[in-house]
Amino acid sequence: MFRILLAALLLALPAKAGDEQVVAGLSQNRIAITANFDGSEILIFGAVKRNSPPPKGAPMEVVITVAGPSQPVTVRRKDKRLGIWVNVDAVELDSAPSFYAVATTGPMEKVLNPEEDRKYRISIRHEISAAAADAEVPDVDAFTEALIRIRTEKGLYQLKPGSVQLSEETLFRTSIKLPSNLTEGEYTTRIFLTRDGQVIDEYETSIDVSKVGLERWLFKLSREKPLYYGLLSLFIAIVAGWGASAFFNYFRS
Amino acid sequence: MNIYLPIAEVSVNAYLLLGLGGIVGILSGMFGVGGGFLMTPLLFFIGIPPAVAVATEANQIVASSFSGVLAHLRRKTVDLKMGTVLLIGGLIGAFLGIQLFNYLKSLGQVDLLVKLSYVVFLSIIGSLMFVESLRAIMRSKRTGGAPPKRRKHTWIHALPFKMKFRTSGLYISVIPPVLVGVAVGVLAAIMGVGGGFIMVPAMIYLLGMPTKVVVGTSLFQIIFVTAFTTLAHATTNYTVDIALALLLMTGGVIGAQIGTRIGLKLKAEQLRILLAMMVLGVVAKLGLELLLQPAELYSIGAGGE
Repeated sequence: MFRILLAALLLALPAKAGDEQVVAGLSQNRIAITANFDGSEILIFGAVKRNSPPPKGAPMEVVITVAGPSQPVTVRRKDKRLGIWVNVDAVELDSAPSFYAVATTGPMEKVLNPEEDRKYRISIRHEISAAAADAEVPDVDAFTEALIRIRTEKGLYQLKPGSVQLSEETLFRTSIKLPSNLTEGEYTTRIFLTRDGQVIDEYETSIDVSKVGLERWLFKLSREKPLYYGLLSLFIAIVAGWGASAFFNYFRS
Repeated sequence: MNIYLPIAEVSVNAYLLLGLGGIVGILSGMFGVGGGFLMTPLLFFIGIPPAVAVATEANQIVASSFSGVLAHLRRKTVDLKMGTVLLIGGLIGAFLGIQLFNYLKSLGQVDLLVKLSYVVFLSIIGSLMFVESLRAIMRSKRTGGAPPKRRKHTWIHALPFKMKFRTSGLYISVIPPVLVGVAVGVLAAIMGVGGGFIMVPAMIYLLGMPTKVVVGTSLFQIIFVTAFTTLAHATTNYTVDIALALLLMTGGVIGAQIGTRIGLKLKAEQLRILLAMMVLGVVAKLGLELLLQPAELYSIGAGGE
């Protein structure tokens, strides 16, 4: 009886989603924004853990996403009024990631089917949620497109199909470049294993991006004690002005 | 060497900022203007968010005008009484300017306001200066010296609340200087400039102050107005970037010393015509941006504004 049960269990295992699991690591899980911060590159690597040989059929694919903290965003559109170009329409987007990168082993439509994409919110457009449709602006989608376009140009949104290297259906690696104009916060990194467009395992970890040292101190002071910060900036200005005058006089006399 | 600016949240080349500060410093030393009206648009061009550029520039002007006023105090060319009257107007104006700035920011029109102010004021000042200095050059070629102007009695002398300004040798109503102060204060808050390029002509032509005390007095009141603007921006918008200000100040202070020496070797009319051409250049660039269809119609702002 027991043997039959065990055999049945073993037979059932390959069908279970948990059979192929991600084991992953990051080159760093903390990024410090210092005064001379000029972007950073993180290496994401890992392996697929299996208890049995890989199933036949569709090859394994890997999808990796890195998402910065989400914030509400206002997208504005210019139009010509009285001969000059001014902001006319605006759409409030409830939340849009400040940074978003998708790296895959192959073309998006091949590695992931649209339903799974929507379910796991993998493509960038699924991460952006528009506020309740604004009656004044009929084409809200155009604003979302514009946000993606502008942030893609700035390197804040990246779609890199084929940039994940997968060897022997087991080891994978990719590198993601973080631009210099990063926002602070938790950067969520997700790794998906897919077969035939279906997600079979998911792994999530996070990278902490924060200002450190003087950057951190100044930023905190400016938000928490704005009056002191303002007075400090004035003090520096007065000292600089006085210093220049004194220095110049010393050399003239 | 790139430096990450903590408030602007962009990474910018530090030497570029020092260089910009230096070049604008040279120009301000040569022409006796604060240079804010040149620096703020330059900061826009290198990608500093406009709100941060405006607030930080106000902070930098505190440094350059304080440095300038010390030199003028030594030469006794500051009319403290007139400066104080202008200052009262200036603080009222700066307060109004900040309200206007925040209101338009909520409408998403702050960039337009700043750019329009620049185009309007710089084109007026630029063309007036250009025409005036061209005439001066022609006149000096013809005769070799302009006849001295006689002071005229105008409607300004008929206003009430008269006050004696000994250093300027004036006995006039306080209303015009207060109004000039208000106008300059509003501009300082909106445009991130000291307003010297507007105040100096106003003091000479409207108030009839002697030219030798004009620059020092204007600098005196600019310190307080820009200090107030800096504090107001720092406490309401959190947009003053100390790191950015410090780099600009360092460059500016060195440049100003060099500029002063170059300025001594050039003729006044030549200086003014060069300044006028530069001002008109900045206007043309900003004006074209408003008139031509931009490559990207959409722009992104923080939510909830």
